[in-house]
Amino acid sequence: MIFYNNPKPKICSNPTMSNSSTSDLLKPFKLKTKQQELLIRVSILCLVYILAFITRLFSVLRYESMIHEFDPYFNYRTTLYLTQHGFYDFWNWFDYESWYPLGRIVGGTLYPGLMVTAALIYRLLHFLRFAVHIREVCVLTAPFFASNTTLVAYFFGKEIWDSGAGLVAAILIAVCPGYISRSVAGSYDNEGVAIFALLFTFYLFVKAVNKGSLAWGLASAFGYFYMVSAWGGYVFIINLIPLYVLVLLITGRYSMRLYVAYNCMYILGMLLAMQIRFVGFQHVQSGEHMAAMGVFFLMQVFYFLDWVKHMLSDTKLFQEFLSITVTCAVAAGGIALGVGVASGYISPWTGRFYSLLDPTYAKDHIPIIASVSEHQPTAWSSFMFDFHILLFLFPAGLYFCFKRLSDATIFIVMYGLTSMYFAGVMVRLILVATPAVCLISAIAVSATVKNLTVLLRSKNKVAQIGSTKGTSSAKASSKASLDQSQPFQKNGAMALLFGAFYLLSRYATHCTWVTSEAYSSPSIVLAARGAHGNRVIFDDYREAYFWLRQNTPPDAKVMSWWDYGYQITAMGNRTVIVDNNTWNNTHIATVGRAMSSYEDEAYEIIRSLDVDYVLVVFGGVTGYSSDDINKFLWMVRIGGGVFPVIKEPDYLVNGEYRVDKGAAPKMLNCLMYKLSYYRFGEMMTEYGKPPGYDRARGVEIGNKDIKLEHLEEAFTTSNWIVRIYKVKPPNNRW
Amino acid sequence: MEAPIRAREALGFILFSLLFSICRSSSLNHLLISNAERRIDLSSHIVKVYLTLKVENAGSTPTSEVFLSFPPTQVDHLATVEALVTKGKRKKTTLVRLDVKPTELPDAPNDAKYFAIYLENPLKSGESTTLEVLYLLTHSQEPFPAEIAQSESQLVYYRDSALILSPYHIKQQTTFIKTPSTKVESFTRVEPSNRAGTEIKYGPYEDHPPYSFSPILIHFENNSPFAVVEELVREVEISHWGNLQVTEQYTLVHAGARHKGVFSRVDFQSRPTLNGASSLRYLLARLPPRVHSVYYRDEIGNISSSHLRTDSRKSELEIEPRYPLFGGWKATFVIGYGLPLQDFLFETSDDRRYLNFTFGCPLLETVVDKLTIKVVLPEGSKDPSAVVPFPVEQHLETKYSYLDVVGRTVVVMEKKNLVPTHNSHFQVYYTFKPIFMLAEPLMLASVFFLFFVACVAYLHIDLSIRK
Repeated sequence: MIFYNNPKPKICSNPTMSNSSTSDLLKPFKLKTKQQELLIRVSILCLVYILAFITRLFSVLRYESMIHEFDPYFNYRTTLYLTQHGFYDFWNWFDYESWYPLGRIVGGTLYPGLMVTAALIYRLLHFLRFAVHIREVCVLTAPFFASNTTLVAYFFGKEIWDSGAGLVAAILIAVCPGYISRSVAGSYDNEGVAIFALLFTFYLFVKAVNKGSLAWGLASAFGYFYMVSAWGGYVFIINLIPLYVLVLLITGRYSMRLYVAYNCMYILGMLLAMQIRFVGFQHVQSGEHMAAMGVFFLMQVFYFLDWVKHMLSDTKLFQEFLSITVTCAVAAGGIALGVGVASGYISPWTGRFYSLLDPTYAKDHIPIIASVSEHQPTAWSSFMFDFHILLFLFPAGLYFCFKRLSDATIFIVMYGLTSMYFAGVMVRLILVATPAVCLISAIAVSATVKNLTVLLRSKNKVAQIGSTKGTSSAKASSKASLDQSQPFQKNGAMALLFGAFYLLSRYATHCTWVTSEAYSSPSIVLAARGAHGNRVIFDDYREAYFWLRQNTPPDAKVMSWWDYGYQITAMGNRTVIVDNNTWNNTHIATVGRAMSSYEDEAYEIIRSLDVDYVLVVFGGVTGYSSDDINKFLWMVRIGGGVFPVIKEPDYLVNGEYRVDKGAAPKMLNCLMYKLSYYRFGEMMTEYGKPPGYDRARGVEIGNKDIKLEHLEEAFTTSNWIVRIYKVKPPNNRW
Repeated sequence: MEAPIRAREALGFILFSLLFSICRSSSLNHLLISNAERRIDLSSHIVKVYLTLKVENAGSTPTSEVFLSFPPTQVDHLATVEALVTKGKRKKTTLVRLDVKPTELPDAPNDAKYFAIYLENPLKSGESTTLEVLYLLTHSQEPFPAEIAQSESQLVYYRDSALILSPYHIKQQTTFIKTPSTKVESFTRVEPSNRAGTEIKYGPYEDHPPYSFSPILIHFENNSPFAVVEELVREVEISHWGNLQVTEQYTLVHAGARHKGVFSRVDFQSRPTLNGASSLRYLLARLPPRVHSVYYRDEIGNISSSHLRTDSRKSELEIEPRYPLFGGWKATFVIGYGLPLQDFLFETSDDRRYLNFTFGCPLLETVVDKLTIKVVLPEGSKDPSAVVPFPVEQHLETKYSYLDVVGRTVVVMEKKNLVPTHNSHFQVYYTFKPIFMLAEPLMLASVFFLFFVACVAYLHIDLSIRK
């Protein structure tokens, strides 16, 4: 019901309308009208703020207040550590529980922004005597920041267009599925606060450019600092802003305002960002940050040239000077970059960066990046799913932006276009594009509705249009008088307006539906519909992790595919070999190799890694498709990438991946197959099907007589989703 | 390994006791027990012993104390001792509960421990009376073998004496031991003794002097899960706005034979009677009636496998741990629920308030090794005092909850080794002025008021430096 509030703000979103319609009635109370407008605006913003928060609470209501998915569990664990041990211990934390036997320097390999934010909120609440649990704070951090993002979107929209567009932008972003996908309650991930930080930095920077004030530049530097502390996506900012500056320079929009804003933001932002240990000196050493530095020097050259131009009256002389300086500057920059790269001082671009520029790069070179589903190129349908009508409004908005080109609109256009490209490369980057798409679409909606309402009202008081000095532009009034000649124009406008409202209400329902159906599942707890329409809960993950936590020795080492590493350490409180922080490809490849070898070969690897338990995820009984057998080819690929003994064709039959009788012999006898299907051949899963019928893949398994020699079944959850095996000690030698 | 040592200990114990019994002081031996019947119920892991004693005063002076004696190994596991006496004649008999207190006797043989039963009326010379004694032993069945596989059933040892350990001469005594099933591997024979079905009978034995002891060892099958709560912390928070919030933190362990080797889900699911017969699949908690907002969770979230049945007299909460508990497996969880305050909070005539609540653990058939009850009184309450029907350790703490400024007084009571019979009521008395109830709403209201005032002020005051 909340979502039907949505069209309402749009009626009131046009301040000119409320201004002028009430102005003739309440002319003596001019101030009062303004106050009314303020009241309406503030109450709409409050409602949007609340809406953005509560629309993200589906998962809490459906399931419970819990942390979702994979990475959030690491963030939760570190936040817990931060609140229990304090900031310095957190900063110097060496985690023995992951990447056994290597360990992980947690303080130096994470972006602490999210954890520090949550810990601060927790401290503040406790200071105000709200005895909340840290888990609740973590669960609600993302919705809270999403609410804050709507406010930033409002101010940003106001800055680049007008307050009407700002309001529409706030509403659009509040419910946009592209953003909700990463900010539902429980999705305690860096992106939750990072999108807020990203948009806030952009807003502050645009404000700084518009105002040319050092204060706003400083604020944007701090916003950038927060962004750097929160998410690796800060690289987008540090490349987009120089690009934007470059575009402004090329289009001849160089100004003192830009100079002040960029220099202040870049220098201070860089110095601040160096305080984050994980980022360190990358701003001066890494290839990905060099664009910003180059533009910084270019700015100085421009300023210098400007000064020289001011001093020299002879244009010809200046032209010569210009050509010499530019050549020298470019040459010096090129040489510096060349020397830096050659001497290894400046590191080349990382694989992740390459894969952004070239979508096929990861597939050929870095299987570990390609194996993650959210790093896949985006399908057209997921654009539609995440943006809905915004996808059509976006080009319209671009049109309006180009029509009223300013420093701010150029920025939003560039932001929109670049992020749309990146969204096309990787599914997860739809998130980065969402704010831009919402803002640009808001401009389209706001401008259209404004034009239409002006048209509607102009009919009644055609005579007054000339006299009213409202904010409605002269263009609009001239358009109105021009359109006056056309018949049915009022009806047409009315129809268009209703059409717009219809589309927007469709958008609201679509967003709610997507949020409720697609993005509110914690993925730890699986829900399905039973035979009688009742809800069946599969809580197997937590069953297994809690079993590990309670019934294994505290120093037990658990080997599993890296997807489950964070969850095992956070919920099972046990040491893992690899986890979702995929920093050591060789280590992951070793695990992949163990999983894809025969049992006795795997046993040697397992012994060398000092593993006590092996955990696999198996969906054959429940029909849960994202299990280890379906991920197995990636294990083979990643393992084979480092250890050429493992060859992908050994596991395929005529290029086809099968687990039934026709499967490759190596497939049928590798460790992963054995562990997944151990004693599954005795199990009746579905009526009318033979025993050992795998429901996830819809086949009868090929190897029903599985004997384990070096491992033994230690625990299997009630729906068989998680299976844990204990590694037996080696046999006595005599 | 351990068994022979114990047997030797017991043998030494008999010798000692006989020796001592000869040189006993005469303060006790004017009483004698003309007939004793003991029924030991081993069907669950809590050993229930019903003792019927016909006590006769053979001395010349009236006495009002009857002593029970226990070997020191049993005393450590003794959870509770109750004594009843039958009153009235023939049909109109009523049972009257008697006071039982642990006491020390000066020359106890071999560290035997005593409990004194205080009779209502002194037993005159020549008179006799019949006492019904019930005592419960925990942790008294030792699994043997100590480790079993999933498909094996759980066998345990139970050690006791064929003769009742008593400071008095017993003329005639019989002991019946009830085992949970007919599967008894072995039992010590002390003639006359025999076994029929699930019952083993020792006796009747005639004329045994004080402190007679004859160790017996019974090896039998007991597949009931040994549910032991190692630690239970119950927190009862009183809110004068009408709610009593109870939070119970459990550390549950299956104290039976340890699970060894493989846990196979296939076998466990397809042949549940043969596999994991002694495993703990579910627990039943009996909660007070009108319970609301019940939750059942652990450190990593909600546990979805629980059912609540409520009727007007009681509520039953059936909970399943996340995984079936085999021997040695542990689970920790939290149960929380709210109760209407008027059912539990009353006012005394002198304007004090008191909470009347049950002490023990709501889970049925479980032993609690250590129980801590924390009664969180509302902020501003004074002079707390607790009245508990049995000895407990007490101290006070302070807790800060939502919007607390000075903190809430917490009355903490601790007791070790509890069985379900400890679920009797206790009272916590305190004084509380109702005006304190308004403190927190007023605080919130004033904060909002100040916020709105600040907003109004911000809108009306021009703070710009330049005009």
